[in-house]
Amino acid sequence: MERIPILKMGPYLLVTIQVDMHDRVAMTLQDELTERIVAERARGVLLDISSVDVVDSFIGRMIGNIASMSRVLDAETVVVGMRPAVAITLVELGLALPSIKTALNVDAGMALLKSAGKMSGNGRLTR
Amino acid sequence: MSQNSQMADEIRNKQDLILKHWMDYQLSALTLRRDRVKESDLRDMSRRFLDLFSEAFSASSDASSPGWKPVKEHLAEVTRTRAEQGFSPTETATFVFSLKQPLFDLAQQRAGHDSKKLAETLWDLTALLDKLGLYTTEAYQETRESVIMRQQQELMELSTPVVRLWDEVLALPLIGTLDSARTQVVMENLLQQVVETGARIAIIDITGVPTVDTLVAQHLMKTVAATRLMGADCIISGIRPQIAQTIVHLGVNLNDIVTKATLADAFMVALQRLGATVTRNAASTSG
Repeated sequence: MERIPILKMGPYLLVTIQVDMHDRVAMTLQDELTERIVAERARGVLLDISSVDVVDSFIGRMIGNIASMSRVLDAETVVVGMRPAVAITLVELGLALPSIKTALNVDAGMALLKSAGKMSGNGRLTR
Repeated sequence: MSQNSQMADEIRNKQDLILKHWMDYQLSALTLRRDRVKESDLRDMSRRFLDLFSEAFSASSDASSPGWKPVKEHLAEVTRTRAEQGFSPTETATFVFSLKQPLFDLAQQRAGHDSKKLAETLWDLTALLDKLGLYTTEAYQETRESVIMRQQQELMELSTPVVRLWDEVLALPLIGTLDSARTQVVMENLLQQVVETGARIAIIDITGVPTVDTLVAQHLMKTVAATRLMGADCIISGIRPQIAQTIVHLGVNLNDIVTKATLADAFMVALQRLGATVTRNAASTSG
C-alpha cells in the first residue's frame, strides 16, 4: 500500500505527492494528515502537487476537502506547483476550488503561509 | 457503349478542330480574364483536358465511374490554380461549360437527320459536362476552405502573445473574438508562461475584444480560475464603457475578479502587490 509522506517543517507540514493519486491513497492521506495536524499543532500545510499530471473529479474534490478540513483544525493549506494541464482540467470539471490558497512553488507557498501567520495571530501564543 | 467509343474516336480524330473551336468560344466569352491567364497556358490546359476527356469518354459516359478520375484530378488542379489566381467560380465553370458548343456541333454532324439519336447524344453530353462543371465549383470551394482554415490557424497563433511586463508580471493582450478553441490556446499559453517565468501576476487585457457576451465572460472566468489554481493572480483590464454596460446587463458576475479600466491601472496594481513603486524623476518633471 502506497503512502504519502508527511514532513514536519517548523510549524508547518509539507506533503509532497509523488505517486499516482488513487482514491485509496487520497483517503489515507486525508486520515493521516488530519491526525498529524492535531498531533503536531501545525499552523499550515503545504500540499505540493507538482508531480501530479492526471486528476479526476474525485481527486479534485479531495484536494478541496483536505484544505477545508485543515482550516477547521486552524491550519492554513496552500496548494503549490499545480501543472497547467491539471489547472485547466479542474476548471473544466467545474472545480475551481475558490476557497483554497495556491502558490506557484514551495518557496512562494512558504512565504504565503508565513505572511498569513503574521497577519492573523489566531489567538495563539507566539513561540 | 459502342456509340460512346465511336464518339470518343471522333473527338480524338477531330481534337485539333474541337480545340480550335473551344478556344474561340473561351476567348470570346465575357468571363475570360485575359489579365489573369495567358492564351498559351489556356491552350495547354484545354488540350490536356480534351485528351483526358476523350480517353475517359471512350470507357464510360458516367462521370462518377473510376475512369473519370484523371479528368477530375486535372480539373481540381486547374481549379486550384485558378482559385489562387483570383478567378470566380463562374469563370472556372465556364471553362468546362464552353466545351458544350464544339461537342454539340460534332454530335450534330454525326447524327445528321436522326433527331432521336441526336437528342440522346446531346443529353448524355449535357449531363456529363454539367457534372464536371459542378465538380469545378466543388473543388473551388474546397480550395477556398483550405485557405480559410490555414488563415484561421495562423491568426490563432499570431494573436495570443504573452508579454513579460516586469519581473513576475505577465500581460496577455487579447485581440479578436474569444471562442472556445481560442480560449483553450490562450489559457494553455498563459499557464505555460506562468510556469516558465514564475510570474505572480497575469494581466489579461481585453481592449481588442470587440464583444463580450456570457460565453466570452465564462471563458475569461475559466482562464482566471485556472491561473489562480496555479498560484498566480489575474487582473482583467481594458474594459470599455459599452462592455462594462453589457456585462452588467447580462448579469455576469465578475465580482470575484479584479478588473481595471486600462492596462496602465492594472500594471500599477500589479506593482503595488509586488511592493514596487514607480516614481517620477524630479529633473525630468521640471523640464
